[in-house]
Amino acid sequence: MPKVPGLLKGLGVTAGILGKTLKNGADTVQYPHEKEAPPVRARGVIALHEDNCTACMLCSRSCPDWCIYIEGHKQLAPPRRAGGKPRQVNHIDRFDIDYALCMYCGICVEVCPFDALFWSPEYEYSEPKIADLLHDKAKLGEWMETVPEAPELEVGAGK
Amino acid sequence: MLAQLAAEFPGWYPEWNIPYWLMSILRVVGGLVAVLLPAGGIVYIFLFKMMSFMQSRLGPMEAGPYGSMQLLAEVGKWMQKEDLAPDNADVRIYKMAPLIVLLSTFLLVVVVPFGPQAYFTNFETGIFYALAVASISVLGILIAGWSSANKYSLLGGLRAGGQLIAYELPMVLATLGVVIQAGSMNLNRIVEVQNTGEIFGIGLIGNPFVITQFIGFLIFMIAVQAELTQSPFDMPIAESELVSGYMTEYSGFRFLIFFIAEFATAGVFGFIASVLFLGGWGVPFTWFGWEGISDVAWWMNFVGPLIMFTKMFALVGVIMWVRFSYPRFREDQLQTFAWKVLIPLALANTAATAILKVVF
Repeated sequence: MPKVPGLLKGLGVTAGILGKTLKNGADTVQYPHEKEAPPVRARGVIALHEDNCTACMLCSRSCPDWCIYIEGHKQLAPPRRAGGKPRQVNHIDRFDIDYALCMYCGICVEVCPFDALFWSPEYEYSEPKIADLLHDKAKLGEWMETVPEAPELEVGAGK
Repeated sequence: MLAQLAAEFPGWYPEWNIPYWLMSILRVVGGLVAVLLPAGGIVYIFLFKMMSFMQSRLGPMEAGPYGSMQLLAEVGKWMQKEDLAPDNADVRIYKMAPLIVLLSTFLLVVVVPFGPQAYFTNFETGIFYALAVASISVLGILIAGWSSANKYSLLGGLRAGGQLIAYELPMVLATLGVVIQAGSMNLNRIVEVQNTGEIFGIGLIGNPFVITQFIGFLIFMIAVQAELTQSPFDMPIAESELVSGYMTEYSGFRFLIFFIAEFATAGVFGFIASVLFLGGWGVPFTWFGWEGISDVAWWMNFVGPLIMFTKMFALVGVIMWVRFSYPRFREDQLQTFAWKVLIPLALANTAATAILKVVF
């Protein structure tokens, strides 16, 4: 069979995509009307699991943009065993992430030794005022609901 | 009502007494429709929708149902913009240039026949007039390029001048084949010849010249593509090199006129190509037992324009399809293609047509 000239082939490609679009619809997702489902591991927003946080400041210090603000104080917690000494724990008063500065590098999530920070694929939190992009710990805690379940470990993977 | 009218006016010419002033208004309205409707239709159907679909996109969807009001939004946006001219520009002719280009489009549509009587004028040498008037747009483009006082505009204008003149020749020569075969330069006569013609004694589909003049048709369409400066022949407005060529300095209303002229001219060339090669407004006359143009029923004046618009959109669809599929030529390739390939081919085609015309 003789080779199809490239010029005709090119016309065929565009016509083929035209036909496919007419038949199956375009690849476009019409965003405000229909929502795109991001992949589970998408970096949408960072959620805070407050109970795990020890105000160790690792995230805040490793943040390239310095967009995490943490204030905390020490307080006494009841002992673990009866008759023991009261424990001293760090309690966070303030945990803010300024999403106007955040560049979604994820170093804070990586560096957290106590599994207090998580990625959530949620992405609709733009604000008319830039100051409103500062999410406090209550709001960061709300994002926890949108964090997907961690995927199963591979067989043979160490815990 | 139509049947009643037909009964009342037998024969081919309804003796309607249309006063001169009404005729003039009809002509102005008809001219505007024949220029602006194709322009809008081409931009919406092909530029907005077909191109998007070829890239698996949707195109404009928000303004009106399926984005059909997008054009009004665009026109409204352009109308609001300031009418700017550069400091060093030759302001008077700078402002005139887009109007000259649009004028050429309006002058072109004047000779296009839409039916046995539905034409603006019926020049004896209609195709000669059309080809002559088509080159007026080159003047407008050269003026725009020169008067903008901008190096990109100047380069774009020069490229456009070189290209449009180079591709006018194959267009004229391709038309020559049709003229020889039809034996007339009158566009209505060319339509009649095609629809009364026979191919080896079979007159079922008449003799549209696209069959006998296929090489001429190809050359004509390629030349039209270049005359319209559509990709792959869009060197004059090569946006990656020349910003926007001769249109660089234009904004607002005057840019809009350039834009309308570009697509209106595409539509008018579609009309002319369908008259020359696809049988124009007519259906094969044998279907209804018409002998010649004087037998054609009066209702063809209303059906004819519809047929013309259908053919025009089909042809322009092919032009746009090619536009969206191919990358741009280099300037030297563009000139070489015109002078070394198209023009010799068109000359050979003309000679062959002439010989065959004498032989048969």
